[in-house]
Amino acid sequence: MSKEVLQELSKLLPAGRLLTAAAALSPYQSDALTAFKAKPLAVALPESAGEVIETVRWCAKHQIPFVARGSGTSLSGGSLPIDGGLVIGLNRLNRILKLDPKERVAVVEPGVVNLDVSKAAAPFGLYYAPDPSSQPVSTIGGNLAFNSGGAHCLKYGMTSNHVLGAKVVLPTGEVVELGGESLENTGPDWLGLFVGSEGLMGVALEIKLRLLPKPEKYHTVLAAYDSLEKAGSAVAMVVASGLLPGAMEIMDSLAIEAAEAAVQAGYPQDAKALLIVELEGETLEVEAEARHLSEVIEASRAYKVQIARNEAERAKIWKGRKAAFSAVGRLSPDYIVQDGVVPRSKLGQALSEIEKLSLRYGLRVANVFHAGDGNLHPLILYDGRVPGELERGEELAGEILKLCVALGGSITGEHGVGMEKKRYLPAMFAEADIELMRKIRQSVDPHELSNRGKMFPGGEAEALVRQGLHPLEKRGVISRE
Amino acid sequence: MVIKTPTIPEIQEAVKAQPRLLCRAGGSKQALSGADGSVTLDVSGLSGVLEYQAGEFVFTALAGTPLLEIEKMLSEKGQYLPFDPPLADAGATLGGTVAAGLSGPMRWRYGGVRDFILGVKFVDGEGSLVRGGGRVVKNAAGFDLPKLMVGSLGRLGVLVELSFKVFPAPQATRTLRVAFGRLEEALEACLRLAASAIELYALDFEPPAGLALRLGGLEKALEERSRRLWSFLGKDGELLEGEREARYWRGINNFGWAGGKPLVKVALTPKKIAGLEAALLHSSNPLPSSTRRYHAAGHLLYMAWDGSWTELDTLLKTQGLAGLVLAGNPLSPALGINSAHPFGERATRALDPQGKFAR
Repeated sequence: MSKEVLQELSKLLPAGRLLTAAAALSPYQSDALTAFKAKPLAVALPESAGEVIETVRWCAKHQIPFVARGSGTSLSGGSLPIDGGLVIGLNRLNRILKLDPKERVAVVEPGVVNLDVSKAAAPFGLYYAPDPSSQPVSTIGGNLAFNSGGAHCLKYGMTSNHVLGAKVVLPTGEVVELGGESLENTGPDWLGLFVGSEGLMGVALEIKLRLLPKPEKYHTVLAAYDSLEKAGSAVAMVVASGLLPGAMEIMDSLAIEAAEAAVQAGYPQDAKALLIVELEGETLEVEAEARHLSEVIEASRAYKVQIARNEAERAKIWKGRKAAFSAVGRLSPDYIVQDGVVPRSKLGQALSEIEKLSLRYGLRVANVFHAGDGNLHPLILYDGRVPGELERGEELAGEILKLCVALGGSITGEHGVGMEKKRYLPAMFAEADIELMRKIRQSVDPHELSNRGKMFPGGEAEALVRQGLHPLEKRGVISRE
Repeated sequence: MVIKTPTIPEIQEAVKAQPRLLCRAGGSKQALSGADGSVTLDVSGLSGVLEYQAGEFVFTALAGTPLLEIEKMLSEKGQYLPFDPPLADAGATLGGTVAAGLSGPMRWRYGGVRDFILGVKFVDGEGSLVRGGGRVVKNAAGFDLPKLMVGSLGRLGVLVELSFKVFPAPQATRTLRVAFGRLEEALEACLRLAASAIELYALDFEPPAGLALRLGGLEKALEERSRRLWSFLGKDGELLEGEREARYWRGINNFGWAGGKPLVKVALTPKKIAGLEAALLHSSNPLPSSTRRYHAAGHLLYMAWDGSWTELDTLLKTQGLAGLVLAGNPLSPALGINSAHPFGERATRALDPQGKFAR
């Protein structure tokens, strides 16, 4: 690339907001999937939608691939830079443009942090429902691109179910409005296609979010079991009972041990599995449901049951769960976070297969998962200094994904395909399916500039090093789902 | 020409062979499936549930499966379609519901058809059979083609098979109908309720100034919850329970109130209601307000219309709204503001490069 081309961009962005020096670029070489590294050409730090549009137009004009990123918490390498491409850092577009408590809508810029939306809505008794564990740092733009989930997706869905509209700059530089402020629509759901498209179809500039009234009452139960299987069947029993909890989570003994060591959540240390069930809603209804739930949990042969008596106790139960992933770092120098989905009735079978795989590969696997929707998060523990362990771990991770597909599930529930899983996309979709998705992408982005090399199988070689925790995880700022 | 009960390979063949195709099944939304000169694919025979395990709260069915059949299957297991699709008694099918993008009053509680669709199999404009999404409740792999098909009006492909998640049905429901003195009062109460912690299955505005509120949940909590709702409103109303209550909502969702007049869906927000109501009252052939029904706290309107389509088109444009004709004979079913954009045009071109499904 010629110097003049880059100079053209520097005219669009004031000094200090176009990084090109090697030292300034290095923090952008990876996202939360530190296994992958790539060297971008430059990092642009726009401060307004207008600057983002101009930057994308510059990319389109000179056919320079780009990746838009927020806080870089993607666990699938979705915000990894493209070698020689531009990174568009959106963290400075962090304004909440409008908050209408009456219509329960917030309009935000893509760099607004997830939790900040709920904080701004709190004085009105409202909140933004999707709660990825990264929510203290991850941004709405990234949440939208990857259709982020969280522990509380069971009742009210994922990011896609909470985005009403978006103003988007397409990879060609054109600006379009998708969706609107209504919950309804009278044509094809273009917004639905855009959300979760992993940054392959452009950059969201303004996002309209639906806010929900904060549940009046939570009822949080922690049940301990002497086997993982019993906890798994407890989930099936709760679901079959006609209750619809806000969240249902399971942790196995390895995860319990780690979480307890890290945050002292007061979990029973001898448990083989812990189940967290949380009811939420109108006080009168939740109280009636709680009695119903107690009967179900009792019948599920939990040997110990703890009910949060106040907000502090509830927070403590969740703290252990939310910290479980990074806490596993205490048990092992390195680990791989996996994200797969199985039908809920196959949870028990999936867990016992994973246990067998763990024995066969000689690597420990901790399990922390959103049991209510069958979303598994096996953590594969390995030591990167031991030759061959990383490769074995990766192979084991791949086996788990294939297992999920074989059981009728998915290769990803909420982390997305990104870099990490693109070679497994064909395990889930036929050639014709992937071909059509590719045609849509190429029709919208003929030069494949926007987040080039992600989601679709093939393309550039994959990195081989895994390097433990993200620096933010080490500091305890973020934790993984 | 009508191609009756084609198999999936026959659909693929037809798409490859014919220059233009229109798909229909139950024919309950006549404005969207009426003959327009192109070859009609009648997929009503593509019917039947392929997979349903009650414990999974997920089912997969062929696109021509009648909603009634699905509802019966689910209710036997204490489950229901939370998006509450309309026109079940008129023979509406699952595929038609998705293609038209229609949800009913109870969509207020947990979301519309777009929020419950999990997977789709369809024949694209080049005759390829393709699949998007999956059969599990959570899935982030690949582009969200299932959502894209919601409201696609058959212009992006021929729907063949659909997967949905469902929820446990409320153990009991009851409904409170409250009348207010003025439209503004009713709307104010509607917005207050929508932002409150009170959870309703349906929150309908009945013009000129009424609300219909449906509570659901465990039987034993319902009595006290109704009292609370009453005191929140500071008003008495008519209470509907049992069979009468179920019949009331069934009637609403079959559009009997429209009196057989042409029917239009409008997507909107509560703040647009007052202006729209005023404009409708001043239209050249105003219908009584009982022929309009606002669901989901004013986000979804179904209305009868007996005037000219040009007039309604202009009226909606003036209000900044878009509508979709479900029954009637307009030149085009899309009314009001035009929201076409290059993103939609290009994605359409990828799915249907030769315009076989264009109208």
